[in-house]
Amino acid sequence: MSKANRARSLWTRIAASDLALSLIAVAIGLAAGALILLITSSEPLVAYGAFWQGAFGTRRGLGETFYYGTQLILTGLAVAVSFRCGLFNLGGQGQILLGAMGAAWAGYWITGLPPILHVTVALLVGSLLGLIWSAIAGYLRARLNMHEVITTLMMNYLVINLKSWIVGVNGPMKQPGMIPASPPVLESARLPRFWGDARMHIGIIIAVVLVALVWYLLFRTRLGYKIRAVGLSPSAAEYGGIHVARNIVVTMAISGFLAGLAGAIEVLGVNYRFSQDLTANYAWDAIAVALLGGLHPVGTLLAAILFGALSSGFTSTQGVADVSRDTVLIITALIIFLMVLIRSRKTTAVATRGDTSSAGLEQRP
Amino acid sequence: MQGWNSVLSLSLLSATLKIATPLIYAGLAALMSERGGVVNIGIEGTMLLSAFAAVVGSHFWGPWAGLLLAMVLGGLLGLLHAYLSVTVKVNQIVSATAINIAALGIPRLIIPYIWPGHFGETGLVPPLPEVRLPILAGLPVIGPVLGQHSLLTYVALVLVLVLNALLFRTRFGLRLRAVGEHPRAADTLGVNVARMRYAGVIIGGVLAGLGGAFLTIGKVPQFAPNTTNGRGFMGLAAMVFGNWKPGGTLVACLIFGFADAFQAAAQSAGVLPVPREILMSLPYLLTLIVLAGFVGKTVAPAADGKPYEKG
Repeated sequence: MSKANRARSLWTRIAASDLALSLIAVAIGLAAGALILLITSSEPLVAYGAFWQGAFGTRRGLGETFYYGTQLILTGLAVAVSFRCGLFNLGGQGQILLGAMGAAWAGYWITGLPPILHVTVALLVGSLLGLIWSAIAGYLRARLNMHEVITTLMMNYLVINLKSWIVGVNGPMKQPGMIPASPPVLESARLPRFWGDARMHIGIIIAVVLVALVWYLLFRTRLGYKIRAVGLSPSAAEYGGIHVARNIVVTMAISGFLAGLAGAIEVLGVNYRFSQDLTANYAWDAIAVALLGGLHPVGTLLAAILFGALSSGFTSTQGVADVSRDTVLIITALIIFLMVLIRSRKTTAVATRGDTSSAGLEQRP
Repeated sequence: MQGWNSVLSLSLLSATLKIATPLIYAGLAALMSERGGVVNIGIEGTMLLSAFAAVVGSHFWGPWAGLLLAMVLGGLLGLLHAYLSVTVKVNQIVSATAINIAALGIPRLIIPYIWPGHFGETGLVPPLPEVRLPILAGLPVIGPVLGQHSLLTYVALVLVLVLNALLFRTRFGLRLRAVGEHPRAADTLGVNVARMRYAGVIIGGVLAGLGGAFLTIGKVPQFAPNTTNGRGFMGLAAMVFGNWKPGGTLVACLIFGFADAFQAAAQSAGVLPVPREILMSLPYLLTLIVLAGFVGKTVAPAADGKPYEKG
């Protein structure tokens, strides 16, 4: 093989690698973001400057990036775990909101606990609510073959209505007064901040620890092996003696735990209360995060920080451009399109494969 | 007792039909797509974006232009979904989710340019006119229920019949069902599988566009981020419940519509000692219950959701 040929084959291999493909998607996504700022701002250059400062350019911006990143790491992991098992947990929004609700309740209602214990209890209450809610969808899938796409989506709307009620007028969690929100959580249930006036808090460490734990779970434990086996081929896994139904429930439970934890962390680290303003729309960004990260925990971590930077960047351009954090959703959609396009020829797990029939919406006797 | 009388009246049935209208469009959209073998959960986002397009069109050029714009956009989004799932063969659920996500972000970005000072919600625009059926409206019982509705409600009912005939009485319908059931056999007989699937998904997109247009210019002529509120997904559930048939889908949509109309009437009459938000959850709960009860009792097209590999 000639030198030029070898160089070319090396180049094709690099260009076709997962990382390179993700980077191409990121570049296109960022270009779209730049275009949005160009259109929506009268002074695009000022907007770009503000974006960069909000994303990575200043100490405060960096702290905000990691604050948004914290939520996205956890929800991204939630999506990655479920997709690895070939399950589409699209109920992140509801699970996050339940996690936030539970943590807020435990944070203000339980009194007299020492700080570390109180915060731990509040985090657990929130994540367990997310776990139970998601496991219900898993059970309905495993037992009744109700597709989790429809159940998790419908369950989102149930939680959104629950949210409106629970802190609405005469709602059981509403604080006295006009604001539709719960009472603030006690000091002992708060996650400390440590980055000046930026909202980055101790939750980022919890999120990074969970990246390691989820990596260990997926790639070093028997359960993780089973989850991935079911994701690659449910029928082969069943034939190989894996209890597919049980794995579906367990995977959905883990996924819901992670999403619930994201909501709990947000309340205990940033908002300190459960409020009707919470939309948890970032649950959708998490799908792009997980796909961009190749459904790998470390990839998810990196993609989450990138999306954190996008969220922080767009938020800080609000003064000079007509954008909001929801603008990120457009880039999210674009990146998902790009990732499925890129990966359509590389079959890894059911979730990124074209054939949706094994996880399809059809129901068969 | 007075309260219950106001709930259980003929206007409840009229409201049922009104509330069922967008569900019928969503259900028929899902049906056309899945009969050809493509799952489209992006109908929710297609409806939301079309609802927005209808408002924008109506704002600038009047309601009829809004309707046209919504249908065109719906068709284009169908084309996008068809391209991704039929030609590129990507995962249909993930790519459709991207359509739903884009629909959450795009209106918010455009609204301030057309309605300065507005965020998320638009201003009011001219709606489509209501239609009063000349003879029917005068009849007792039938008149109050069927006599006066949005044009799009009547169109939805007619479409149930038309699509039923199209699917089960025409060559096009036979071919569409064939590529949904057994694409290999259809291919062998010279049917262009990809083209038929494109047709199914694009027709579905246009139907979703009509449903979106109904939600704004046919009902409340204003766009808000929660305009669709999951109706696209409920339409999908109605189609499963309706056994992938237009008539069955209609019945399912009427049941969902009745539940929603009932809770709304009970709410405004204040006859049930239950919080508003709990009542508002009824349609979603009913969707789950109905699916739980009917899973496995209805049968999907055999190749639903499966990309076709030629050769």
